Amino acid sequence: MGLQTPLFESHQRMGARIVPFGGWDMPLHYGSQVEEHHAVRRDSGMFDVSHMMVLDAAGNETREFLRYLLANDVDRLDAPGRALYSCMLNDAAGVLDDLIVYRRAEGEYRLVVNAATSEKDLAWMRARAAGFAVEIRPRPELGMIAIQGPAARAKVLPLLPPELGNRARALKPFHAAEAQGWFAARTGYTGEDGFEVILPGDQAAEFWDALAQSGVLPCGLGARDTLRLEAGMNLYGADMDETVSPLESGLGWTIAWQPEDRAFIGREKLEEQRQAGGLRRFVGLLLEVPGVLRSHQKLFSGERYVGETTSGGFSPTLERSIALARVAPGSGDRLQVEIRGRRLPVRVVKPPFARHGEPSIEL
Amino acid sequence: MNKVPVELRYNESHEWVREEDGVATVGITDHAQELLGDLVFVELPEPGANLEAGAECAVVESVKAASDVYAPLKGEVVEVNSELADAPESINSDPYGQGWMFKIRLSDRRDLENLLDAEEYADLLASEED
Repeated sequence: MGLQTPLFESHQRMGARIVPFGGWDMPLHYGSQVEEHHAVRRDSGMFDVSHMMVLDAAGNETREFLRYLLANDVDRLDAPGRALYSCMLNDAAGVLDDLIVYRRAEGEYRLVVNAATSEKDLAWMRARAAGFAVEIRPRPELGMIAIQGPAARAKVLPLLPPELGNRARALKPFHAAEAQGWFAARTGYTGEDGFEVILPGDQAAEFWDALAQSGVLPCGLGARDTLRLEAGMNLYGADMDETVSPLESGLGWTIAWQPEDRAFIGREKLEEQRQAGGLRRFVGLLLEVPGVLRSHQKLFSGERYVGETTSGGFSPTLERSIALARVAPGSGDRLQVEIRGRRLPVRVVKPPFARHGEPSIEL
Repeated sequence: MNKVPVELRYNESHEWVREEDGVATVGITDHAQELLGDLVFVELPEPGANLEAGAECAVVESVKAASDVYAPLKGEVVEVNSELADAPESINSDPYGQGWMFKIRLSDRRDLENLLDAEEYADLLASEED
């Protein structure tokens, strides 16, 4: 049996199929993954993401430490309440994790990291924090619920503590507000508008039930995966891990090269890779015939092996199969994927695959 | 509780069989469709193919995973449910009706006795839950 979030009993009561995930027992779906997916694209759905770890960083040199630790630059957070997506690299420029960092008041920062990597992340951060006046505090007592979809914000706002509700109403995308131990960020992992709410774990079940009463559909990890895939967002452990560079994972845009004198972990290696060139491309794929793309399917250009899919699945919005893949440079835009011994045509496309419930690529 | 119609035969890999005049209609059980989740793709055998009992002969893919379907009996494929190409979700909504997959002309009707009856299959499901 795995770890349980504060919402475990709520999931059981709502009929969830529970599966092990990153050391936790989490809901896969509550009946139909496809219905949950559509609810988020068309109205609103909610996800228990309490398994993700909240790390609060404080101390006089927190800013300097994070500018060293992360490939993106927290100095881009020009005001408290702003959020930034970043990779945390090792010295060989492999991706140890991807995370969101929020700047809070008074030079404090909050990081949200993946569940499966959280222990390793914390050990890495603490080892690298030697010499910096910074303290990193895990917050396992907090719960986290993501409410996503075009109708999500309107349904969440009345249910937040009044003071937070007022502030959250005015939030722009990638901004956060907090009050009375609750934290609301206009961020997510679905490509839709919405909030991610971090709150005391012992208040999570009541909030979850109130959201359900307001017509927000509980959604499991299954829908979370198809939604993020359609939105062209990477999944840690599938699309990238500590053996690959962000430059070969479609994450070059998250690296802050300027200012040039910012020495962050992995920078030297990244500079080398950029100069050497010949990097593999990270692309979106559309299967042009019936079938389902999955991770680790082999890709060919004619007879030449050019790479493999890193994650894939059936897109409920497109009613077609899509994938992300890492392929050799110059391999062209018409490839073949091998599924059960047969080669089927796939076309290279530019993610996102779908936005606001509509296809955003040519079918 | 998953539906297990009494008039059908079953095998341990969760296919069902309905036999009429030496032709067996085959699909996957309610239990199997529920485990797989929403089905999005089905690959069926070629009509005319000769199948051995236990052979991999079809594939069902859900949002979650691909799963092989095994021929429960030896015989020749005489018909496949081509409606499933556009509506694989029929297997979720009606696994024993519109969700049928293919029909086999049996080499030997006595092979049916090798399959489980409804009571035995229900017992198997109960034991898998423990």
